[in-house]
Amino acid sequence: MASQNTMSQNDYALEFRVVSYRLDSGAALVSGLSFNVARGETLVLLGRSGSGKTTTLKLLNRLLEPSAGEILIAGRLSSSWDPIRLRRGIGYVIQDAGLFPHWTVERNIALVPQLERWPKERIQARVKEMMELVGLPPGEFANRRPSELSGGQKQRVGVARALAADPPILLMDEPFGALDPVTRADLQREFRLLALRLRKTIVFVTHDLREALFLGSRIALLEHGRLVGIYTADEFRKATEPEARAFAASLHSDGGTG
Amino acid sequence: MNWYDFLLRNRGEVFDRTVEHIGLVGASMAIALIIGLPLGVALVRRLALQRWVLGAANIVQTIPSLALFGFLIPVPWIGGVGASTAIVALSLYALLPILRNTCTGIAEVDPAVVESARGMGMTPRQVLWQVQLPLAAPVMLAGIRVATVISIGVTTIAAAIGAGGLGVFIFRGVAMVNNQVILAGAIPAAMLAIAADLALGFFQRRIARR
Repeated sequence: MASQNTMSQNDYALEFRVVSYRLDSGAALVSGLSFNVARGETLVLLGRSGSGKTTTLKLLNRLLEPSAGEILIAGRLSSSWDPIRLRRGIGYVIQDAGLFPHWTVERNIALVPQLERWPKERIQARVKEMMELVGLPPGEFANRRPSELSGGQKQRVGVARALAADPPILLMDEPFGALDPVTRADLQREFRLLALRLRKTIVFVTHDLREALFLGSRIALLEHGRLVGIYTADEFRKATEPEARAFAASLHSDGGTG
Repeated sequence: MNWYDFLLRNRGEVFDRTVEHIGLVGASMAIALIIGLPLGVALVRRLALQRWVLGAANIVQTIPSLALFGFLIPVPWIGGVGASTAIVALSLYALLPILRNTCTGIAEVDPAVVESARGMGMTPRQVLWQVQLPLAAPVMLAGIRVATVISIGVTTIAAAIGAGGLGVFIFRGVAMVNNQVILAGAIPAAMLAIAADLALGFFQRRIARR
């Protein structure tokens, strides 16, 4: 899989160095955050609502700018990237998919290639390839509107759109959070295979420990905007930090569905 | 003699006044759109300024139309008796619905959609033209529809300051105590308003369905 070489120079695809983000009111949403993400790795940001997961993700594609500290993307300071160029090299999937309701599935998926002015035939071929990749037969779905899709199908389109221009990095903000448990499990399984196959660097936000254990090569646990620790699945199960225990307890208490 | 007999016998003047009427509405709507749409877009993210501008437009809206025409007559450059004063006043009236609906239409676009547009690397201009404006279009068009119908109504009063239009018949009929003459102005004006409302309503539903 030939991907853009501009982003694959460094050992780490992403690096946070003591990053803080404060609102104008002074409230810190993220403070003193340091971690790195290796190329091809899936790092899960786990935490409760308001723990700073989404903020961390938005700092990566410069939807937000850090108040302090440095973020390195492919070895380069995030502030030295042109934000538009940077974002086109980073796939972004959010909970409600954020599909354009006035565009067809086909056009939604073609968004970034179109912005990048790919030739028409190449865009068409790529859209078809992406739809097959995420399990949506193009003949049936290409001309549908997002309003004519189920929640799971919308998320598939969201993933296809994020992957269309073959970005080396993928940011996912609770992409499966609003789905019913059966659909969610299906998509999680498929996405895990996809991630293994495509070798993208993925940062995945969730508050669901089961999902984190299933998809993450490592789990970064956040609490009140601070990093509690970074764990592999095994380390997380043995972790002694209270917040990690609280999440582990939630795993046992909800009865092993899904 | 029925009102439509009168209308038929004077169809030449009725036609001329109708054209004049449409001209006044068209000119003032054009000005209101040229000012209102970009201003509305510019105000979307400037909430404090937006409150002020919408407040000012609201005040203008509450001034009775005859009084507004009266206020504008002594104003240099734009004032005086005639069509130009009327067009200025009509544009001011049309401004509020256009501005307000442009602001709310864009503000009501699903923030998740706008955020994903930005996150995927669209420039602010691309987000505006390819996402926000198309999605706000039905609401914006609803504002244009209201503004047009108001304009057609208020334009009948513009005859009072010598701007012409179908109001000429109404004022003449009142002065002559002649219902036929009044109706020769009032009925075409009402039909014009209904036609504009239906046409823009049809258009609005069509783009909403896209």
